Amino acid sequence: MNDKELRLQNPWPETLAEKPMHFCPGCNHGIIHRLVAEAIDHLGIREKTVGAASVGCSVFLYDYLRTDVVESPHGRAPAVATGLRRALPDKYVYTYQGDGDLAAIGTSEIIHAANRGEKMTVIFVNNTTYGMTGGQMAPTTLLGQVTTTTPYGRDWHMAGYPMRMAEMLGQLEGATFVARAAVNKPANLKRCRKLILQAFEAQVKLNGFGFVEVLSACPTDWGMTPEKALQRVADEMIPYFPLGVFKDKKESEHL
Amino acid sequence: MEKKKRKLIKGNEAVGMAAVAAGCRYYFGYPITPQSEIPEYLARVFPKIGGVFLQAESEIASINMLLGAGSAGERVMTSSSGPGISLMQEGISYMAGSEVPGVIVNVQRSGPGLGGISPSQGDYFQASRGGGHGDYRTPVLAPDSVQEMWDLTILAFDLADRYRTPVVVLADAMLGQMKEPLTERVPEFPPLPAKDWITTGAQGREPRILKSLYLADGELEKHCWDLHKKYLKMKEREVRFEDYQTADAELIVVGFGSAARISKTAVDRARGEGKKVGLFRPITICPFPEDRIAGLADAGKSFLVVELNTGQMLDDVRMSAGRRAPIHFYGRPNGAGSLPTPDDILHEIMEAYPG
Repeated sequence: MNDKELRLQNPWPETLAEKPMHFCPGCNHGIIHRLVAEAIDHLGIREKTVGAASVGCSVFLYDYLRTDVVESPHGRAPAVATGLRRALPDKYVYTYQGDGDLAAIGTSEIIHAANRGEKMTVIFVNNTTYGMTGGQMAPTTLLGQVTTTTPYGRDWHMAGYPMRMAEMLGQLEGATFVARAAVNKPANLKRCRKLILQAFEAQVKLNGFGFVEVLSACPTDWGMTPEKALQRVADEMIPYFPLGVFKDKKESEHL
Repeated sequence: MEKKKRKLIKGNEAVGMAAVAAGCRYYFGYPITPQSEIPEYLARVFPKIGGVFLQAESEIASINMLLGAGSAGERVMTSSSGPGISLMQEGISYMAGSEVPGVIVNVQRSGPGLGGISPSQGDYFQASRGGGHGDYRTPVLAPDSVQEMWDLTILAFDLADRYRTPVVVLADAMLGQMKEPLTERVPEFPPLPAKDWITTGAQGREPRILKSLYLADGELEKHCWDLHKKYLKMKEREVRFEDYQTADAELIVVGFGSAARISKTAVDRARGEGKKVGLFRPITICPFPEDRIAGLADAGKSFLVVELNTGQMLDDVRMSAGRRAPIHFYGRPNGAGSLPTPDDILHEIMEAYPG
């Protein structure tokens, strides 16, 4: 297939800016950004949507996703999105956060936004490390995983266990849709695309809180090639962070 | 100008009422003594007038909700006391850096740490020296009465929109809890600049980004100087203060907020005993009325700074007066049982009086 045919098969999403991305080779942010753009375009809401960007490798979200964006302090995007959405009842909001942002410093904000059933969509990218700052332990780092702050491997006596955010948030009454996906192979990517769309529909169609945790590779911090990194997602991450849907309210109490 | 005189109103309630009068319809906050009446008032009133009252899970969440709703162009307010304002500093810095307006009311209690719930002025540094990280200033207004709790809250919303900045109203527990007659008045303000920067969805226009991250060479320096230019404009146009019998005074008591109230009575008593004493009361802590104090110093006055802390505004008075004026200090840092009486201050006035 030539380039033109590829483009027709797979048109560039309007919400995705046409520019090279700065992410490391093999990083899954590029794919996940694109899936978010596709969902926004599928629903036709680009001009009615405001993003709350967070802190981490995705801090430059506003360079790639062509919606209005408000930069938020580390961990606070769900609170910023709450303020935005409460002030903009006819528009839509989303956050895009990494595992440090959402599961460490931001645990309070995400739990309470979900608990209040805030009308928003949260994309949570879990790569079991702190990417931007050079590979320190994250709440989602696996036991035995070597990071720059667990040089002997994560030991639960010192550092606790890896956190499963999707399961935790799935328990909250206020949440409408909670799922976990991965993009390490085409079949998972297709499913991820559907789940991200569902997380946006939870907001747009059901006036509820939608959340997708996406398992991602970080070849740089893991010290692996991109191919080996994707293999790690399959072999080590998916067994601990199972893919699936943890909450799927078909109706919303908000309507 | 609409005026309505009410019987006794509590200071904290006056703040809530003023927010409503100023057109604020979004409040995000967290309970803390001695200001919980502010969220409680708005929790009662906002639902009746289409406002949004949200009790956030923490002060950190509160200030970030302000960042969000302010980015959407709405007049927004939060309120807290010292410990909660500490938690908000990061968010205030982000609002300053992204130039998002909002009003933050600090009803000061005693500190540091858990401290106590009695009035103090120990957060002067926190309010006036930025408080959060980075190179910014916020306007800080210091009321001294229930009437000013109303007046200055209304002014705060105007300054916030006029300069695209968070604004701090620096009150204290006494002002928050006391009851005085209130006249509900809203002055005419000059027209405000258009809000052509708000993030409401990129319909028919390019997407807008509200951010404070500037990484390219020279970008952030330029941004900081631009913020500084705003601050210089405020210094030029927004300084407010009260001169009480300062013209012929030999000794001028300098105080703000509750300390100034109590000092006024002491000044009157001193005058009654034939001493030429006056009171200078900064109303804007930031921008600080340094020129006026310099002028009083040049005119040969002595100063007695009275504060409910161990000496914070004292630094600003010293900087403004320079080395040409004698500056005395009387501080009562706070805590239960430590509020000075007019006679306590009168005693200090007599000690400090020249000659």
